[in-house]
Amino acid sequence: MSTYPENFRYTKEHEWAHLEGGVATIGITDHAQAELGDIVYVDLPKVGTKLEKGHSIGSVESVKAVSDIYSPLTGEVIEVNEGLASTPEQLNHDPHGAAWLVKLRVTGDDEIKKLMSASEYQEYVGAEG
Amino acid sequence: MIRKVRQHISQNEALIFEESSPGKSGYQLPPLDVPAIDPAAALGKQNVRDEIEGFPEISEVETIRHFTRLSTWNYAIDLGLYPLGSCTMKYNPRVNEFVARLDGLAWAHPYQPESLSQGALQVISDLEAAMLEITGMDAVTLQPAAGAHGEFTGILLVRALLESRGNPRKRILVPDSAHGTNPATAAMAGYTVQNIKSNEQGLMDVEALARFVDEDVAALMVTNPNTLGVFEENIVQCAKILHDKGAMVYMDGANMNALVGLARPGDFGVDVMHINLHKTFSTPHGGGGPGGGPVAVKSWLEPFLPIPRLARKNDQWHLDYDRPQSIGRVRAFYGNFGVLVRALAYILAHGCDGLRNATLDALLNANYIRHKLAPYFDLPYTSPNMHEVVFSDERQAKRGVKTGDIAKRLIDYGFHPYTVSFPTIVHGALMIEPTETESLREIDLFIDSMISIAKEIETDPKMVLGAPYDTRTNKVDEVGAARRPVVRWKPERPASKAAD
Repeated sequence: MSTYPENFRYTKEHEWAHLEGGVATIGITDHAQAELGDIVYVDLPKVGTKLEKGHSIGSVESVKAVSDIYSPLTGEVIEVNEGLASTPEQLNHDPHGAAWLVKLRVTGDDEIKKLMSASEYQEYVGAEG
Repeated sequence: MIRKVRQHISQNEALIFEESSPGKSGYQLPPLDVPAIDPAAALGKQNVRDEIEGFPEISEVETIRHFTRLSTWNYAIDLGLYPLGSCTMKYNPRVNEFVARLDGLAWAHPYQPESLSQGALQVISDLEAAMLEITGMDAVTLQPAAGAHGEFTGILLVRALLESRGNPRKRILVPDSAHGTNPATAAMAGYTVQNIKSNEQGLMDVEALARFVDEDVAALMVTNPNTLGVFEENIVQCAKILHDKGAMVYMDGANMNALVGLARPGDFGVDVMHINLHKTFSTPHGGGGPGGGPVAVKSWLEPFLPIPRLARKNDQWHLDYDRPQSIGRVRAFYGNFGVLVRALAYILAHGCDGLRNATLDALLNANYIRHKLAPYFDLPYTSPNMHEVVFSDERQAKRGVKTGDIAKRLIDYGFHPYTVSFPTIVHGALMIEPTETESLREIDLFIDSMISIAKEIETDPKMVLGAPYDTRTNKVDEVGAARRPVVRWKPERPASKAAD
């Protein structure tokens, strides 16, 4: 069973967000990468893109399927993990660390409180099976 | 024991580039009887193409043999059961081909005057009439070139109708068991897609649907039977919910082959639908077309159908372009006419009882497979299924063997794999659709193969993971191919150097 960092917050669509000083790092969860299988391509937005909570950030493509990634928060993209373009397999190896997707300058602190905690997410994916 | 005959197992074939030898050619031209001129001087240097380095030089008979040998490696419906669920790989009867090759039809030209095209127009009219009788709808266009094109046409019709009422609306609802083309269609037509989760029976949840439907919803796009092969038994109630709010019901008719002669979408609340001629009416399938995706509508959508429309004038067929509310053309001329001819040939060759029997056989075959394989593979949804059956790999995955691995092992048994990992609402899906084409003998061969693989997984899962063995190329590295694709052959040495 995977461990989900306590200081991250999680969505039902299997993204995580880690907020530090108004900047949120966004990624997909270990459960998401395991479900997708071998990831072969990652499509991410450009720096400067304004994202709304729940809208698509981009997509990840595995051998099985292409899946949209939804922004857990509202904000502006200030950094993109460019390295993933050439090494998408990082998402399978370190989804909570080196394979983060984008950094957002978030507009408020409230949205993140509505996301799941690590233990809530653990329970959620347990229930989803 | 593997009881299917396979061809040329040890045979392999070089790329045509590798068979090349300098100076060979497939033709000889007579000597020039006019003075030679320099093309660059005559046409301008920019219009003269450079020689293609490494272009194969090969004789005619070698070319023929190369491609003929490759063609014998194909798996095709003419070789055996092709159980790709959702794709409906049914036999294409030869009578279709006979009719399509009749001179008057094969050589008809779309620019022929109407007076010389009455027979071709009659074919279109007869197929339209058959489509309407089968679907219970009021009008149909045969123009769209394939199913997804039909979907797009259908949603444009919905948009046109709603615009004429003053508001095109914003959202289209799509159940999570839908074909992937449905949300793509809605988005292409400028709508926001909203997903609806299926309930535990794999059906649309009527209460959930009622909560989603408001005055902003343009349409529901529903596949019936859905991708689990289950009939949406609440479709009439669902349609009422949509209609009460002024929204439309779009039916993806991809699975119409489960309904022909048994139920008509026009009778259960559908406003607009498409039909895949290759799936339901046995026109050729795959290879990128040509296809046919007729769109059938209820009368309120009829004014918006693509132009031209077939009409009667002075006791003759005539093409009517004067349709001010039409969405316009969606394809050149009148659709893929040769495909329409084949579909009509199939319908007339079967007749009403024959079409109904084909449907019943397709349902029987799928349910027979379900019954025989249920002891070996998990059945995540137990609702009665129609023309296809979806198992999950849950039991096999515990031994490390997933649906894709089972599919690869099936190749060793001489069958094309079933559909893998779709529909996505089933974890590790094995989606099997035998169609009405198959005899009991062929289906039993398939069932025996699947049971044999299930037993192999119990005793030797590692062996199954290594499959296929009985193919020229063994297990392909799909991940490597996707991450680092090699899409172009390159000579080991440039040809110019090799010739030195």
